[in-house]
Amino acid sequence: MTQIPARIGTWFSTKGWSIHPHQQEMFDRAQDPATVLIAPTGGGKTMAGFLPSLSELADGGHSGLHTLYVSPLKALAADIKRNLRTPVDEIGLPIRIEDRTGDTSATQKKRQRVDPPHILLTTPESLALLTSYEDAPRMFDGVQRIIVDEIHALAESKRGDQLMLALARLQRLNPELRRVGLSATVEDPAAIARFLARHPDPCQIVQADPGPDPDIQMLETTEMPPWSGGGAAYAIPAVLEQIRQHKTTLIFHNTRAQAEIFFHNLWLANEDGLPIGIHHGSLDRQQRERVEAAMVRGDLRAIVCTGSLDLGIDWGDVDLVIQIGAPKNVKRLVQRIGRANHRYNAPSKALLVPANRFEVVECVAALEAAKAHDLDGEPRGPGPRDVLCQHILIAACAGPFDADDLYTEMTSAGPYARLARPEFDACLDFCATGGYALRAYDRWQRLQQRADGKWQLRDPRVAARIRMNLGTIQDTDTLKVRLRRSRGGKPLGEVEEAFATSLTPGDTFLIGGQIVRYEGLREMVVEVSRRADRKPKIATFSGTKFATSTQLSDRILRMFAQTDWPQLPSHTADWLALQRQMSRLPQRDRLLIESFPADGREHLCVYGFAGRNAQQTLGLLLTKRMEETGLAPLGFVATDYATLIWGLDAVIDPTPLFQPDALRDGLDTWLAGNAVMKRTFRASATIAGLIERNLGGQRKSGRQATFSSDILYDTLLKYDPDHLLMQITHEEAMRGLVDFGRIEAMLARIGNRVDLLRLDRVSPLSAPLFLEVGKVPVKGAAEERLLAEESARLLDTAGLNRL
Amino acid sequence: MNVCEFSFAGQRFGALPSGALWWPERQLLCVSDLHLGKSERVARRGGATLPPYDSHETLDRLAGDLEHTKAETVVCLGDSFDDLEAARTLPVTEGLRIATLQAGRQWIWIEGNHDPGPIELGGAHLFEWPCDPIVFRHIAQGDMRGEISGHYHPKAQIRLKGRSITRPAFLLDSDRLILPAYGTFTGGLRCTDQALADLMGADAMAILTGPRPHMIPMPR
Repeated sequence: MTQIPARIGTWFSTKGWSIHPHQQEMFDRAQDPATVLIAPTGGGKTMAGFLPSLSELADGGHSGLHTLYVSPLKALAADIKRNLRTPVDEIGLPIRIEDRTGDTSATQKKRQRVDPPHILLTTPESLALLTSYEDAPRMFDGVQRIIVDEIHALAESKRGDQLMLALARLQRLNPELRRVGLSATVEDPAAIARFLARHPDPCQIVQADPGPDPDIQMLETTEMPPWSGGGAAYAIPAVLEQIRQHKTTLIFHNTRAQAEIFFHNLWLANEDGLPIGIHHGSLDRQQRERVEAAMVRGDLRAIVCTGSLDLGIDWGDVDLVIQIGAPKNVKRLVQRIGRANHRYNAPSKALLVPANRFEVVECVAALEAAKAHDLDGEPRGPGPRDVLCQHILIAACAGPFDADDLYTEMTSAGPYARLARPEFDACLDFCATGGYALRAYDRWQRLQQRADGKWQLRDPRVAARIRMNLGTIQDTDTLKVRLRRSRGGKPLGEVEEAFATSLTPGDTFLIGGQIVRYEGLREMVVEVSRRADRKPKIATFSGTKFATSTQLSDRILRMFAQTDWPQLPSHTADWLALQRQMSRLPQRDRLLIESFPADGREHLCVYGFAGRNAQQTLGLLLTKRMEETGLAPLGFVATDYATLIWGLDAVIDPTPLFQPDALRDGLDTWLAGNAVMKRTFRASATIAGLIERNLGGQRKSGRQATFSSDILYDTLLKYDPDHLLMQITHEEAMRGLVDFGRIEAMLARIGNRVDLLRLDRVSPLSAPLFLEVGKVPVKGAAEERLLAEESARLLDTAGLNRL
Repeated sequence: MNVCEFSFAGQRFGALPSGALWWPERQLLCVSDLHLGKSERVARRGGATLPPYDSHETLDRLAGDLEHTKAETVVCLGDSFDDLEAARTLPVTEGLRIATLQAGRQWIWIEGNHDPGPIELGGAHLFEWPCDPIVFRHIAQGDMRGEISGHYHPKAQIRLKGRSITRPAFLLDSDRLILPAYGTFTGGLRCTDQALADLMGADAMAILTGPRPHMIPMPR
C-alpha cells in the first residue's frame, strides 16, 4: 500500500472521514498508464481521481500544468473547482486550480496559455481547441495526469471520440502522461477501459463497492393510467403526496416537452404552494442557475427535470427520485436513481410512474431488470470518421504534419484503434480537396502538401474558421424566447426553430412552466407576452425521444410469453389477456402483423419492438414499398413497439414487404431522399467541416443551413454517391435517428417467421396507436388521387368543369 | 406524359409536368426563368456555395421535354441566365449542351431583368417576340391581350383533407398567361401575393405542376 502524505491523511481524519478502499486502490495505481474507476454516485469518485495529483503537487516542486480534468458539463467543472478548493486551502497545499470552459473570459484564457495553473478543469471541446494552437506543446509541457470524469457518458458520444483524439495528441507531446477515467455503474467496464487506454496499452479497472441495492417501486395511484400519451397527469395527486412526505424530490422526465406539461399540471394542483422548480436544457442559463442555487440552499421541495440533471453535480439532500414515463433504458434508470440519497452505503429510493398502459408493462420490465442488475447498452461501433476529419483539420491548425505520424497518433485512440489506412487517407483527401463533386470550389480545398511531404493549411487564415466550427454537439437549431418589451425583455429560454415557425401570433405555449403568447419573431428572437390562460393552445415545443433499449424490449417480449401476469396491475394484465384472446401477443422470434379495417381505411400494425427510431424508419420503408406495389398508403405512426400504417387498400400478403434484401435496398434508394437521412447528413457534414456552423461570429439561421445542406446532400447523392460524407451518413444511419441496425437485428431474429392476422376490427394492443401524436403523411399515389379528386371538386364548385 | 390542356387567346396549349408550355399548332415549346449559373453566381458574390450542378439538371429536364415534344421552336422567356456574367462564363460542357439542343431548331432568347443584354450563344435575342395572336415577353405589362410571360415564379397551394401541397404553377386568365420558373434552385412567389392577385383577373386559374398537372381556380 502506498502511503498517502501525512498532511492529507490528517485532513481526512479531522473531517471524520476515512479513505474508501477504492480511493486507496486508485492511489496505489497512480503510476499505471491508464485506470478506470467504476463507482456509484456519492462514492467519492472525484476525490479518488484527484488524490494522486494533490499528493504529487504537495511539495510545491512542480511548475506548470500537472493535471487536466475533463468533464462533459461546464457546470461540473465549476462545481469540482469549488469542491477541490476546500481541501487544498484547508490543508494549505500550494496548488493553483483554474477552470477553462466556453464561459471563461478571453483575457483569462490568454493568460492560461502563457502561464497555465497546476490543475486545469475543462471540457472536451475546450481541450480540443487548446490542442489546435501552435503553442500547445509549450502549454502542455510536463503534464502528468488527465482525469476524465463521467467517462461512461462521454464514451457514448462523439464528444468522447473527439476527447480521445485530443488525448492521443497530448500523449504524443508527453509520452509519460497517465490517464484516469471515472465512471458510473455500466454494463461493460471493459469497453470503457478500451475506450480510455492508449492503444494497445492495457487499462486497469477498479471496481468500488456498488453499495446496497436501490429501493425501486411503481407508484401506486387510484386512477388508472390512460391508453396513450406521455403526460402522466393522472398521477399528479399521488406525486404531490410523495413530495409532501419527502425532503427533496427529483422528478425526471424523458423529454423537455413532457417536463413542461407535467410541471404546469403540478403547479395547478399545488394547493399547499410547495416550492417546486423546473430545470431542463432549453431554459435560459440564468433561470437554470437560479434553480440550481435554490436547490443547493435546500429551498426547493421538488424539481421537475430532464437529462440536464443526469450528470454528477452534487445537489445536496435528495431523498426521492421519481421517474415519469417508462425509463426506456435500464442503465440510465439506475444512474438516475443514484441521485437520491447521495451518500455512500445508503439505499436510494425511487418510484416509477408509467405514463400510459403500455408503459406499465415497460416499467415492470425495467424494475425486474434493475433488480437483476441486468444493465443494457449497445456496443458502439468504431469511432465515426466525421470526427476524424475535424481532428485532421485541428491538427493542421496546430502546424504542418506528417500523414504517417498523424495516422499512428490517431490509431492510438481507443475508438480509432482499428482504423485502416485507406479510411484515414480518404478523410485526409476530403480535408484537402472537399471530394470529387466539390473540387471546383477552393473553399473546400483546405490542405496542401509541401515539398517535404508534410501537410499544411492552404490558407492560414482558415484556422480561425476551423476553430470556430470545432465540436461535435449538434444543437437542434433553437431560437431564444424573450418577453416583449421596449428594450428587450427577460429571456425565458429556447425553442426549436421548427416549432417557432409553426406558431402564428396569438398562439399560446408553455415555457419554463408559464403560459406565454406568441407575438412575433424579431431578429431571430421569439417575442412573447405573459398570458394567464389555464390551457396553452399548443402543448409545447417538441423534444428528442429516446428509443427503448434492445434488452428492455426483449424483457417485455419475454413477459408477453408468460401464461399470466401476477406482477402487473390487473387493468394491464386484463388488457394483455384480451389481446391474446382476440388476436395474439407478439413473440420474440416471430413478427406479428395485424391487418384490419377501421374508420373507412385499411390498417396494418407491425409489432417489431425495435424502438421508436427504427419503427419510424420501418414505417418509411414499408410505406414506400407499399406505394410501389400499388397499395396507396396514406400515412403511419410509430411507437417503441409498433408501427401503424393506414391506406386505401388492404395488405393480405406481407411477404413482398418484408424481404430483407428489399428493405436493405430501400435504405440505399428510397430512404436516401428522406428528411431523416438529410438530418443525419447535416450533422456529419457540420462536424466534418463541410458545412460551417459559424461564419465570422454571425450565426446562419437554421433554415439557411438546412437549405444548403439539403442541396449538398441531393447533389452528392446524384453525382458523387461514394463521397466520403455519403459513406459516413450511411454508417450513421445504422444508429441514431435512422437506427437501421435495429431493423437488421429484428430481421435476423425473426427470419421468415412473419405472421399476418386478418382481423375484422382494431385489436386491443393496436388501439392506443390510434391516439399517438406524430403521424407522418405519405406523399405519393394516394396524394395524387386525392389531388385529382380535389381539383375536380373545385372546378365543379366554380362551374368550370367543362373548361 | 400527362399534359393539362387548355385554351388561351383562341389557341390550344398544354401545360407539361415540368412547368414548360407546349403550343402544338406552332410546334413551339416555351420555358421561363432557367436561371442557368445560379449556384456559380451566388458563390461568386460570397453567398452559400451551392453545388454547381443546377444548370446541368435544368438542361437535363429541358432536353427531356424537347425529346418528348420534338419542338421546332423554343422560346426562353427571360432570366435564362442568373446574370450576364453567368452567361459569359458558362462552362464549356454546358455551352456545348445548349448548342446540341439548338441544332435544327429556331431558338429565341427573350431578355429578362437578370440578363438584360445580348449573350454569346446561338439563337435570336429579342426584348419581346410577337407571334400572332400571342406576345412573348419577360414581365407582364398588365394591359395587353394574349401575353405570355414569366418573371414571377408563381406557385400555388391547395389543401387536401388535412394536408397541403404547394407546387410551382401556371397562372392564367382571359388576357395573360404566366409561366412557373423552370430552373433548379429557383424559389417561388405564392399566387396569394398582392402583386399577382392585382395582376390576375377575377376569372384566374392556376395549373399546379407535378406528375399530373391539375387546374384549379387561382387561390387568393
